[in-house]
Amino acid sequence: MDAIIDVTPAYLAGFWTTLQLLVISGIGAFIVGAIIAVMRISPVPSLRAFATVYTEVLRNVPLLLVLMFCALVLPILGSDLDYFPLALIGLTAYTSPFVAEAIRSGFNGVPVGQAEAARSIGMGFTQTVGLVVLPQAGRMVVPPLINVFIALTKNTSVAGIFFVDELFKQTNAGARDNPDAVILILLYAALLYLCITVPLGLIAGAIEKRVVVMR
Amino acid sequence: MSLTVLYDAPGPKTRRRSMIASIVGVIVIIAFFFWMYVTLAAPRVNETSGVTTPGMFDPSRWDIMADPVVWQSFGEATVNTLRMAAVAAVLALMIGILFSFGRAARITWVRVVTGVILEFVRGIPVLLMIFFVFLVFTAGSYWSGVFGLALYNGAIIGEALRAGIRSLPRGQREAGLSVGLTPMKSWILIEFPQAFRQMLPIILAQLVVLLKDTSLAYIVSYPELARTISNNRNFYGSRYMFTLFVVGLVIYLALNLTVSWIARFVARRSGPRLGKADLNVPMALGAEGTRAITLPVLERDRPPDPGH
Repeated sequence: MDAIIDVTPAYLAGFWTTLQLLVISGIGAFIVGAIIAVMRISPVPSLRAFATVYTEVLRNVPLLLVLMFCALVLPILGSDLDYFPLALIGLTAYTSPFVAEAIRSGFNGVPVGQAEAARSIGMGFTQTVGLVVLPQAGRMVVPPLINVFIALTKNTSVAGIFFVDELFKQTNAGARDNPDAVILILLYAALLYLCITVPLGLIAGAIEKRVVVMR
Repeated sequence: MSLTVLYDAPGPKTRRRSMIASIVGVIVIIAFFFWMYVTLAAPRVNETSGVTTPGMFDPSRWDIMADPVVWQSFGEATVNTLRMAAVAAVLALMIGILFSFGRAARITWVRVVTGVILEFVRGIPVLLMIFFVFLVFTAGSYWSGVFGLALYNGAIIGEALRAGIRSLPRGQREAGLSVGLTPMKSWILIEFPQAFRQMLPIILAQLVVLLKDTSLAYIVSYPELARTISNNRNFYGSRYMFTLFVVGLVIYLALNLTVSWIARFVARRSGPRLGKADLNVPMALGAEGTRAITLPVLERDRPPDPGH
């Protein structure tokens, strides 16, 4: 029990850093992902191609390598940022294609007849997307988006390998300092992660149910 | 040419405009890569010490690639990565089937316990899970990686299978029961095979994620690709970091793109047939094969070409 009390201050500090990583890179990934999603459905072929290549490349590189690039390669290339903003850049870049895919799948969930109806009464691209498709897609996008953010919560732990003092790094240190209470120390950290992921999952489930009823 | 319902088939004016936009876009992208190349190739001067280090494409940064030992280490790392992914994938499938079986059990406490374990496993980072197996069960670095990955991905596959079973028409199970199968037999012979087939694209996509996540075995020093990059860096010095990183990145991209391509191919061949897909199928991310707004219009829906 002493071990639990000993690590609590470090854990809470780490938990706070994890939350910061989650919120800031989550917002960043949402913005970048939305831009990528719009590029993927835009009428300009080169934008579509760029967005596709961006998505394919980042989705096929492990997060560890993305963060390795940010933490170890970028400094060689002359960046003098701290490890925390570097981790933010890495997490944002890695998460954005998943956000883009979630948004795109929401768009795909709107029956094609809706867009056809809008087009047939003479609406243009902007009107069709802005007035008809987007408001319906918005609701459908929320559950998959929340799933992306749950994944992001878990992914922030990788930043701990690259010198960010978040929860996983504190867990690592806690397990090293208290070798006789390893199970408790690890379960404690797991519990803190569950404090973020389980409520998010419940929210996603509730919204999903409501969207299904509305259809 | 892909037709979408969001905008008209472009006329001559729009085509010209779109062509111009495309060319401008390509030029901007090429300029960006050129700028990156020049920046990378330029020698670096440390402002405080005044020491100049050669650019990233200087031969002195790449000479280790002539050393067969480096190639050998990357070769072994690739084999290690693939082996871990393969073993973990098989285990994950088995665990996934067990989980979906437990969630469908008729005995309440089995269902509840499986549900709690599933929530727990899905909610914590894979990294923590690998670390947990490593420290608590003192399994070697290889097996802790395999078990950590198998458990986590098994939980996801289990949920996918459960969703697949739930999306089946109830008549399937009722028909099974009415011809005298026990609930267990109807599950194994009738419901599970259909759900598995239905969910194959999602399961395969998850196995690609699993391959990517083998890099997390880095934390327990298993000599897979990411760990090899960092080991070689420690051995040869950090001035080779960029070189080693690029080599590792290319190997990862080649592996993952190949596996995703195979997964997509298999999913297309044996997944739910287009048009036959059940309407109750839960929506997958970027659901392949659904006729949708942002995807190209199907061949049969294309407006007939005006006769010339």
